[in-house]
Amino acid sequence: MKIILSVTSPKLDSDLDPRFGRAAYYLIVDLDTMNWEAVENPALNASGGAGIQAAQFVTKHQCQAVLSGDFGPNAFNALKAAGVGMYLYGSASGVQQALDLFKAGKLEMLAAPTAAGHHG
Amino acid sequence: MVSQPPSFTIAVASGKGGTGKTTVASSLALSLSGLVQTTEPGADAPLFLDCDVEAPNAHLFLKPELKERKEIGILIPQVDETRCSHCGKCSEVCQYHAIAVLGKKTLVFPQLCHGCGSCTLVCPEGAISEVLDVMGVLERGPAIGEIHFGRGVLDIGEPMAVPVIRQLKAWAKPQPGQWVVIDASPGSSCPVVEAIRGADFLILVTEPTPFGLHDLRLAAEMGRKLDLPAGVVINRDGIGGGSDGFGGRVEAYCKEQGLPVLLRIPFEREIAEGIAAGRNLVEIHPEMRASFIEMSSKIIGLTQTMIPKGALR
Repeated sequence: MKIILSVTSPKLDSDLDPRFGRAAYYLIVDLDTMNWEAVENPALNASGGAGIQAAQFVTKHQCQAVLSGDFGPNAFNALKAAGVGMYLYGSASGVQQALDLFKAGKLEMLAAPTAAGHHG
Repeated sequence: MVSQPPSFTIAVASGKGGTGKTTVASSLALSLSGLVQTTEPGADAPLFLDCDVEAPNAHLFLKPELKERKEIGILIPQVDETRCSHCGKCSEVCQYHAIAVLGKKTLVFPQLCHGCGSCTLVCPEGAISEVLDVMGVLERGPAIGEIHFGRGVLDIGEPMAVPVIRQLKAWAKPQPGQWVVIDASPGSSCPVVEAIRGADFLILVTEPTPFGLHDLRLAAEMGRKLDLPAGVVINRDGIGGGSDGFGGRVEAYCKEQGLPVLLRIPFEREIAEGIAAGRNLVEIHPEMRASFIEMSSKIIGLTQTMIPKGALR
């Protein structure tokens, strides 16, 4: 199973970036092999639609779950339509702890967007 | 009576909010209307367009009877999932990420769509049709002074003001010989550009304060980019200190930039109370009507001399 985490730097011991659409980097982790890859967020400075681009990035990499701190309404609707599970970091600090909590089924799964949209 | 070209549009902008755009625009329109001044026989009273569609307020002063109403919006894509092959061409062409292909689903985000129609054009399956997404209303009717009043009102929660302003300007077309006064929104972003675009002259309302001067610079720069001849109205004249304070700095900036100061409105309790009660400046101070008419003559004269070289007019 492949999952994606929003992080602040391109490494496995990175800090977590709480913002999904505006994260600095995305960490793609294959939980079966523990192979990982970090990719810079191409939409970091987009004027709008960052969450939608991030959701398309997730589906392009065929990830089944996303771990982040906040999901805006556009990102939420896009990921929901794509059938991707959204999980909140909650009190987790650091990638390893987030992965452990996720594997233990202890991260909250999201049912509604956590943040209001930004427009303009 | 000043001589008029086919129709003459004066746009009022400011940069900073609350400097007196609507105060100046409504009193200018009233001064040019039949109530105040004898117009040529048959000449129409001015057309007034409240283009601050996110927070229109000129109706509080000009008290129009809004008889006509028209819902407006933009055409947004509607995807027929039975024909969509999820090739992703629509989302590639969209500059605003308003349409996204996610696995076996194509989603439209109406609030991000600018209505350009590119996705419909590039869809190889012909799976996209266009439907009207209502984002606001246009309203018009007669106001005091026989002013032809028009305004746009953006629906609450809608993020894009530009299409409403564009359609208001297309809907409320001036008659030959008519004055047009446009009340823009504050700032110097897309809605202001759309409101003042194509005007014959730009009035920049400012006040002698740090914010007034700061935002006047931005607004003046915007006017220059659009090749609009411009002049300044200083409102609340006297608050920012005299020649050694912000009063002096605003005057110095205008001089340096070649922006004529067209009118000074004093800082007075009587004016503030009158405006708060919904009265126009020229009703509070009837003698100012002459100043506004004089200003409009000055503006006509300035447009003969101020048009920048190579301007697209």
